[in-house]
Amino acid sequence: MAEEATTTPRNKRRTPEEASIDPAAQEMLTLADLMGLGTAFSRADDLAPCTIGAVGMCCSLCAMGPCRLTKDGGTGICGATIDTVQARNFVRSVAAGSAAHSDHGRDMAFTLKAVANGEAQGYAIRDIAKLRNVAAKYGIPIEGHAPEEIANELADLYITQFGQQRGSLVPVVRAPERRKKLWDELGVTPRGVDREVVEALHRTHMGDDQDASHLMQHAVRTALADGWGGSMIATDVSDILFGTPAPVLGEANLGVLKADMVNVVVHGHEPTLSQMMVAASQDPEIIAYAKAAGAEGIALSGICCTANEILMRQGIPAAGNFLQQELAILTGAVEAMVVDVQCIMQALVALAERFHTKIITTSPKVRIKGATHIEFDEAHALTIAKDVLKTAVDNYQNRAKIQIPDFKSSLIPGFSHEYINYMLGGSYRASFRPLNDAIISGRIRGVAAIVGCTNPRIRHDFNHTTITEELLKQDVLVVETGCSAIASAKMSFLLGEAGLDRVGPGLREVCETVGIPPVLHMGSCVDNTRILTVLTQMVEEGGLGDDIDAIPAVGLAPEWMSEKALSIATYCVASGVYVMMGGYNPVEGRGDKVPDSVLVSELIGDGWEETYGGRLEFLDDPQEMIRRTLAHIDAKRAALGLSAYDPTQFGRSGDARLDAMEEEMGEATLDERRAALYGQVPTS
Amino acid sequence: MSRYIATRAIRGANALVGEAEAMLEQALSEKGPDTPVAFPNTAYHLPVIFGMTGKEIAHLGELPEILVQARSLLHPTPSREHWTPYLGETLDSGMATLLAAETIEAIRYVYGLQPESMPGFELAGGTSFTSPDMNGGGNQPPNGHLNGAIDDIQLRSWGIQLVDGRMPGFAAIVGCASSNEAAVQIVRELQRRNILCFLSGNVNGHSIIDQLHEEGVELGYDTYTVPFGTDTISAIYALGFATRSALTFGGLKGGQPREILNYNKDRVFAFVLALGEVDDLKYSAAAGAINFGFPVIADTVIPQILPTGITTYEHVVSMPWNEIDGANDTEKAERLVQKCIEVRGVKVRVANVPVPVPYGSAFEGEVVRKADMRAEFGGRDSRCFEYLKMAKLDELTDGKIEVIGRGLSDVPDQGSMDMAILIEVAGRQMEQDFEPVLERQIHYFVNGASGIQHIGQRDITWIRLSTKAAEAGFDMEHFGKILHARFHSDFGAIVDKVQVTIITEPEEVEARLEEARAAYDFRNKRLADLTDTAVDEFYSCTLCQSFAPNHVCIVSPERLGLCGAYNWLDCKASFSINPTGPNQPIKLGRIIDPVRGYWEGTNAYARIGSHGVVEEVAMYSIMENPMTACGCFECIMMLIPEANGVMVVSREDTSMTPAGMTFSTLAGMAGGGIQTPGVMGVGKYYLISPKFISADGGFKRVVWMSSVLKDGMAEELKMVAEREGDAELIDRVADERSVTTVEELLPWLEENGHPALTMDPII
Repeated sequence: MAEEATTTPRNKRRTPEEASIDPAAQEMLTLADLMGLGTAFSRADDLAPCTIGAVGMCCSLCAMGPCRLTKDGGTGICGATIDTVQARNFVRSVAAGSAAHSDHGRDMAFTLKAVANGEAQGYAIRDIAKLRNVAAKYGIPIEGHAPEEIANELADLYITQFGQQRGSLVPVVRAPERRKKLWDELGVTPRGVDREVVEALHRTHMGDDQDASHLMQHAVRTALADGWGGSMIATDVSDILFGTPAPVLGEANLGVLKADMVNVVVHGHEPTLSQMMVAASQDPEIIAYAKAAGAEGIALSGICCTANEILMRQGIPAAGNFLQQELAILTGAVEAMVVDVQCIMQALVALAERFHTKIITTSPKVRIKGATHIEFDEAHALTIAKDVLKTAVDNYQNRAKIQIPDFKSSLIPGFSHEYINYMLGGSYRASFRPLNDAIISGRIRGVAAIVGCTNPRIRHDFNHTTITEELLKQDVLVVETGCSAIASAKMSFLLGEAGLDRVGPGLREVCETVGIPPVLHMGSCVDNTRILTVLTQMVEEGGLGDDIDAIPAVGLAPEWMSEKALSIATYCVASGVYVMMGGYNPVEGRGDKVPDSVLVSELIGDGWEETYGGRLEFLDDPQEMIRRTLAHIDAKRAALGLSAYDPTQFGRSGDARLDAMEEEMGEATLDERRAALYGQVPTS
Repeated sequence: MSRYIATRAIRGANALVGEAEAMLEQALSEKGPDTPVAFPNTAYHLPVIFGMTGKEIAHLGELPEILVQARSLLHPTPSREHWTPYLGETLDSGMATLLAAETIEAIRYVYGLQPESMPGFELAGGTSFTSPDMNGGGNQPPNGHLNGAIDDIQLRSWGIQLVDGRMPGFAAIVGCASSNEAAVQIVRELQRRNILCFLSGNVNGHSIIDQLHEEGVELGYDTYTVPFGTDTISAIYALGFATRSALTFGGLKGGQPREILNYNKDRVFAFVLALGEVDDLKYSAAAGAINFGFPVIADTVIPQILPTGITTYEHVVSMPWNEIDGANDTEKAERLVQKCIEVRGVKVRVANVPVPVPYGSAFEGEVVRKADMRAEFGGRDSRCFEYLKMAKLDELTDGKIEVIGRGLSDVPDQGSMDMAILIEVAGRQMEQDFEPVLERQIHYFVNGASGIQHIGQRDITWIRLSTKAAEAGFDMEHFGKILHARFHSDFGAIVDKVQVTIITEPEEVEARLEEARAAYDFRNKRLADLTDTAVDEFYSCTLCQSFAPNHVCIVSPERLGLCGAYNWLDCKASFSINPTGPNQPIKLGRIIDPVRGYWEGTNAYARIGSHGVVEEVAMYSIMENPMTACGCFECIMMLIPEANGVMVVSREDTSMTPAGMTFSTLAGMAGGGIQTPGVMGVGKYYLISPKFISADGGFKRVVWMSSVLKDGMAEELKMVAEREGDAELIDRVADERSVTTVEELLPWLEENGHPALTMDPII
C-alpha cells in the first residue's frame, strides 16, 4: 500500500481520502461536506486534543486542582507525583472499561437466569452442548439434569461473580496452570468483579494509594476481572442463549443498506436486543406491515459490536464499524438506528434531525437527549422488538433523497474457539494440534490478534488493514474482533479466496487445507476472551511452551479509542501477551521536560514484561508495529527452539496443479485424461 | 484437505450413505430385522461401528440407527466461491463413509456376497469360514474367493510382530497400478520391508488384486498380502483391523472413538496408497482413513495436503508415477514405497540380504509346492540339519561361506539332496546359552527369501527351493549369504563374526550330524536344569507396551512369554543385544511365597512396569493376582468353577467353548493389561511346564482344551501326563469335539474320571 497514515493535522480539514481509506466512508464524507454537516472526522480536525491531558499529566480528581504537572519535579497540590497521577488516571480508565464489559456480562447472566425460569419472552437455550460444557468446568452437575436446571445453576454462579467479596473468580480456572500460579503469587487474581472496580475507584480517590507500581498492580487485577470474569461470562452466556458462532456468509459496509426496504440499523454491544430484532424482522406480521407501508421488507444491519454479534450468528450484514455510525445516517436511507450501550455518539441525534432517521435508545442505562426511548426488558422482548420495528416502518414514508454507497464486501465470520477446535479435526479428532504443528513447522510464522476500535484521529481503517495485509504476506495468521474485523471485512480479507493469493506460501497451505480465510473473525470486543481461550488451548495442546507468554503471538489495537480497549490491553498483557496500541499513549508524559513522566510508560513496558511476560506499548507508525510484531514472533520462535521462519520451504500443497490441468485438458478424451494423471513423462 | 478433495470426498460420502440406506432398506424387507449380521471370527462385532459408536450390532434391524448417525455427519460440498471451512466437515464425511461402508459389507455377508468370489483364485492362507451361519449356510472352501474381513485369530498372531517392529505397519492399497509390473514391484517393495499389504479397489474395473493374480503373486495371510475385495468399499476391512488393534492391544473399549483414533495415529503405522485415478468414493474413504492418522500417498496427480496435525506428518502426498525418478518400475516402486514410509514415519529395519530373489518376512509363509519345486533338502528322501555353535574370534573369517560337496546343478529337477548347515559365530558378548536362541532364527531367516520354504529345526529340517528361485540364480551359497547378513543385522551386538559351511557330501553330513546331536542333547539337559529356582533373575518383557501401555510380562525359565515368542534365554540374549531395550533383568530378591510365586523383585517390577495399575503378580496362579496380557497370547485359560478346573483355548480354535464364549470374545476379557482372577493369556508351552499354575494344582486342573493343542503338542503332553502320574490324563481332558457347553462338560468329566472333580476346591 503506497498510501500513508495521516494523523490529524492542526487547524486543517482532511480530505475524505485522508480521513478514511474506505471508499464508502469517503463518499459519505464528501456528501457531509456538501451538506455542510459535521462528523466525528471533521470534529477531530477542529478540536485539538488537550496536550497535557493526552499524556496523562493532568489530575482532576479533587477540587484542589485540576493540577497540571508540566514541570520537572512538580507535584499536585496534595503532593501527588506525576507517576502517581498517570497511574491513577490509567487505573480509572481500566476500571471504566472493565465495568462496561462486565456490566454487559452481568446483564447476560440475568438474562440466562430469566430464560432458565421461563421469564424471558422469545428466548431459549440454543446451545445446550456449550451450556453443559461450561457448567462442567465449574463442577455443576450436568448428567441427568435438564438444560433449564443447569442454566439456573450456572446463572446463579455467574451472578455471584459480580458481588463476590473473597476467593477468586470462577472463570479463572480456565487459565493455564502456570499463569494462575503467577497471578496468585503476585496477588492479582481477581476476587469479585464489582469489588475490583470499586476498589479501583477507592484507591484512586484523593489521598489513597500513591505508589504508581502498586496502583498499576490493581489496574491488572481490575482488568483480569474483565477478561477472565465479566467479558468471559458475557461470551459464554451469549453463546448459550444465541448459539456458538460457526462460519457463515455475510456482508459488510454501507452498501448493505437497501434502497427499497425499511433499513433498521442496530448499534451498540449487547446481543439480547439485537437477537430479538433479528427474530422480529423475520416475523410475517412485521414483513406484511412493512409491505403495507410500500417497502419490500425490513433490512436489518448492524454497526459496531452489535453488528458482530448478529453477523457471526445469523449472517446479518454489518453496515460498518464505529466511525460509520454517522455515515449510515448520512445515506438518508436509515429509518431507525436502534442503540443500546457503549460507543454511541451523542452526535447521532443532532445529525439524525437533519434526516428522517429516528434514533431509538433502548437500555435503561442509556438515554440521549432528543432520542426516542423505547425501553427494552427481556420479559417482553419480542413484543418490544416488534414495536421498535413498527416505529421504523412508520417512518419509511418520511424518507427523502437517499444515497447508499455501492460498496460492500462478502466475509465469512463466526470463528468461535469451539469451531476452531472442530475445524482442525472434525467431530472425532478436533484439537489444536494442526495449528500448533503449523506454527512449529513455520508454515504459520506466528499469530497476531488485531482488535479494537477505530478512531477519527487516525486515518479510518488504515492501520488495521495495513498491518493485516503485511502480516498475512509474512505468514502470520491473524485473528480479529470488533471494529478491526469489520475493517478487514471491507477489504475482503475475511474470505477463503484471500487465503490463496494475499498470504505467504506457508499460511496459504494452511488456509487451503482447512478452508479458512487468513483472518479469522472471532466476534465482538467482549469476545476477546475467545482469544484468551485459544491461546490457553494452544498451550495445553503442547509444543509451544507451558504458558501464554511463550507463544509467538502479539496483540494489536492499532486505532484504539475507548477505555474498554485499555482494559482489554491490560488483561492481555497480564495473561502474557505483547500488546501494541496505535495512537496516543495516555501515560506517555513528556520525557524531554519531565523525566519522571515516563516512569509509568516504562513500567507497562519493561516492568510488566519482567512480571507477566507481556508488555504494553503505544506506537504511531503501523510499519513500526509490523516490524516489532515480526521481531517479537521470531524471538519467541527462537526461544522455543523452533526453526527460523523460512517461507521458501512451503507452498507445495493445494489445488493449483489440478486446476491448471483441468483447464488444459478441456477437450481431452477420457483416455488422455487418465494418462495425464500419471504426470509428465520425462522428455530426455 | 483442499477444496478439490473436500468437494469430492463430501460428494462421495453423500452418495455412499445413500447407497447404504437403499441397500439396508432392501435387506430389511427381504431378510427381516432379526437376521444376524457379523463378520467372521471376531469378537468385535462390526469393528469400526463398534469402536466409533459402541454399538454391538448383531442384527440387520440395528443398522438403521448407524446410518442415521452417518447421515448426521454429512455436509454440503464447499461453495465455488466464498466457501466456509471444510476440513472438519470432510473428516466427518469420511467417518460417515466408513460407517456406511461397513454397513454395506455387513449386508453383503448376509447375502453371501462376501468374501467376494473370484473363480480360479486360491488364497495363501486366509480367514476360515467354519460357522454354518456364514456364507449362506455352507462352509466355504479356501479358494475361489478373496479374503474379506480379517479374523481375530490372524490379528492376534500378527500382534507380536506388529508390536516388536518386525512388521512395521500396514499399507491399505486401493485401486490399480499403472501396469502389472508396477503392481508387482510395489508389493514386492512393501513385502521386502515386512509391511503388511491390504488390497482393495479398482480403476475401471481392473484391480491390483487382478494384476497380482495375473502375475502369479501368491496372495493371502502367509505372504502378508491380503486381498480384501475388488471395490473400494472393501477397504473398510483395513480400518476394522486398525480399530481392533486399539481394542485388542490398547485396552480401549467400543464407543471411545477419539481414543481409538489417537491410538492408531500414535501407534499403528499404516498408510493409504492410492493407485490410479482417485474417484469420489476413494477420496471419501481416504478422508475416513485420515481420521485414524493414516496419510494418503497417490501415484497420480492429486492435490497435496502437506500441513500436519491430523496425521503426524503430511496428510496427502502426490507422486505421479511418470515423474518418479527411476530407470524402471523397480526403481520407481522403491522410491514410491520409500516416500510412503517417510510420510507415515514408519520405522523399518531392513537387512540388505544379497540374494537374487526378493527377501523379507512377508515371504516367510510362502509355500513351495511339489510341482513348483526345483529341489528339496530333508523330508522323505534326504537328510538335512542345521547347527549353530560359538567359536573363538580368531578362529573365524567373517563372511566366509564354503560349500562342500555337490551343487544345485547336480540335483535332478524336483530331486533331493542331503544338506548340513553349519554356522559358527564369534563375539565378545556371545555366550553358549545363546546358541539355541540364534539357531532358532535360521527358520525365519531362510524363510524370508522368496521361493524358499523352511520347515522344522535341528535334525528335522526340511528345505524346499522353487524353480523360480533357482532360475533367478539362487544357489547353495546363498543360504550362507542370508545367514551371514541376518545374524549381523539382527544380532550385531553379540555377534562379530559369522562363518557358514554348507555340506552336501553325504558322508560328511553324517559325520557332522553326530557332533550336532551331541550338542542338541547337551542343550536339552541344560534346558531341563534351567528352572526358576536355579536362577536369581527373571526378565521383563515390555515389547507390547507400545500397544498395551500397562501390560508387562515377567518371563522366567519355566514360564515363557504369553506370545510364545520369547523364553527366558531369548530375553537374556535380547538384553545382551540391547541393554536398554524391552527385556530387563529382574533381580528376584527375597522370596515371599514360593508356592504362588511372589518375590520382592517381581512385585516391585510389576508395579513399575504397569505404571501402578498392577500391585502384585503371582507367577504360578490363575486365581490370585494372575499375570496380565497384552493381546498376543497363544492361549486363553479360564476358570470353569462348576468343573473345579480350568479350560485352555487356542487362538487357532474358532469353536464354542464351555465358558459360553469363543476365543475372540474371551480375548476381550483377557487382554489390555487388566488383571482378572480366573482369566489369563499364556504361551502354549507354559502348559507343559512343571510350574504351570502349580499353586492351583497344576496341569490336573485342565478339564478342557482345544484339540489343536492336544494334537499339536501330543508328544510334550504325553510327558506331562507321565510326570503327573496318570498316563491317560490327556484323554480325560475334554475338547470341542466332545463338549461345547458346561452342562455337557460335567457328565463327560465324570464319565472319563477327570482328577479335578476330586481335588480341593479351586476357589
